Amino acid sequence: MAYSGKVIDHYENPRNVGSLDKEAPNVGTGLVGAPACGDVMKLQIQVNDSGVIEDAKFKTFGCGSAIASSSLATEWIKGMTLEQAMSVRNTQIVQELNLPPVKIHCSVLAEDAIKSAIADYRRKQRGAQAQAGQA
Amino acid sequence: MAIKLPIYMDNHATTPVDPRVLDAMLPYFREEFGNAASRSHVFGWNAERAVEQAREQVAAVIGASGREIVWTSGATESDNLAIKGAADFYRDRGNHIITAVTEHKAVLDTCKRLEKSGFEVTYLPVERDGRVSPQAVADALTDKTIVVSIMLANNEVGTINPVAEIGQVVKARGAMFHIDAVQGVGKIPFDVATSHADLVSLSAHKMYGPKGVGALYVRRKPRVRITPIIDGGGHERGMRSGTLNVPGIVGFGKAAEISAAEMAEEGKRLLALRERLRLGIEARVPDTVLNGSLEHRLPGSLNLSFAYVEGEALMMALKDVAVSSGSACTSASLEPSYVLRAMGVPVEMAHTSIRFGLGRFNTEEEVDYVIDLVAQKVKKLREMSPLWEMAQSGVDVNGIQWAGQH
Repeated sequence: MAYSGKVIDHYENPRNVGSLDKEAPNVGTGLVGAPACGDVMKLQIQVNDSGVIEDAKFKTFGCGSAIASSSLATEWIKGMTLEQAMSVRNTQIVQELNLPPVKIHCSVLAEDAIKSAIADYRRKQRGAQAQAGQA
Repeated sequence: MAIKLPIYMDNHATTPVDPRVLDAMLPYFREEFGNAASRSHVFGWNAERAVEQAREQVAAVIGASGREIVWTSGATESDNLAIKGAADFYRDRGNHIITAVTEHKAVLDTCKRLEKSGFEVTYLPVERDGRVSPQAVADALTDKTIVVSIMLANNEVGTINPVAEIGQVVKARGAMFHIDAVQGVGKIPFDVATSHADLVSLSAHKMYGPKGVGALYVRRKPRVRITPIIDGGGHERGMRSGTLNVPGIVGFGKAAEISAAEMAEEGKRLLALRERLRLGIEARVPDTVLNGSLEHRLPGSLNLSFAYVEGEALMMALKDVAVSSGSACTSASLEPSYVLRAMGVPVEMAHTSIRFGLGRFNTEEEVDYVIDLVAQKVKKLREMSPLWEMAQSGVDVNGIQWAGQH
């Protein structure tokens, strides 16, 4: 099984590796997978007041395909609105990276990571609104 | 001396054919192409003579006689023949087989198949260091045990089993003792007398010989019998029909002869290289764990887990270096290494394991290059790892309730 050129590219020239401030109110953090499964992805989004993802960062414990899937995910969602990011599908990732069947689950985890980050952000926003309402 | 890339450090998967072995084989593809069973002309006689010489060469490396060697297509076939053949022949004495969970699939799957035809199999666990204990074998033996199969050295972690003590225990109860000696023969001293072996599987391509040829040692004193699994012209005293792979066998013989002659020196050299690699990596890379016994281990074998970095990603990063991993991502079944799991290595560490198999053609320069590369790439991958990040900030990664865990 040779790695696809695109997968190798994402590993050699990773885009958006890093961390955003978890505590910041406009940052959503998604953490999916489990070390026991050999796949853990942390994906973070920084959202501006217009609901647009202005920055995204990731860290992944997983194989080359997992790293590439999460790296690609952060590349795509930068500049998207939350609604647009919610509609990113794992099948698009599979196609873009030429993932073989045995690696499809890596793309599924990347899609989950995006949704998890968005859910975290929205939870924070609801919490903040509730606080503002009580003040 | 310039290093040639890619570097091959996966000698447990296969070994390059030694140039001296290839030279010995070539005439048997060219002018000496006779069938060793052709009794009536010089082409056959020459092939037969070469095969018989190879038989003695292979027998010598395990302290046996040529008449106790049966040629096969490889160790997988030898394992099948030994276990199925003995189980069937001695069926009237009992139906119990003992093996270990860390055996090669050729042994495990053969045992699974025998379970379907009424045999009972005990799969012994191993100690944390990966070895099978003679006491565990003794405790599992019953009056119905007819075959015990335990490997000499493990292909994944390189640990060496105490086969002599195990053999003693097995023979005291009168069962047949089979040893898959593929990874150990030609690398460490082994002989059929001290090990009390009745049946031994051997493979050419693990000792710098060609692929597609192996052997099964079948003891003659006292006489061990097996039912053949291949029927045909009755070759190999009826035990394994089929025209002999003459060039392969000649190569196997030459490879065995070289291994026997060079084993002591080579063992010393490989041990030193292996320790250089191990200590070099451990000095530069924190949170590295050795899998398997350090003391009872093949000289060229190293299996390390690099915490917080997944094995396949590391292999991709170590491009131009051929190694293998116990990670689930590298197996077709998406299961992590069953050998590491049997040794009690936690699943997440099994995913981070890399197996290095040093061999005859590896050099000190290659080892130094690899130490450097491993240190660099593990560092880079840890910078990309959320688990490393958590561990650095004092979070107990193993204590977390992971959403994705099933």
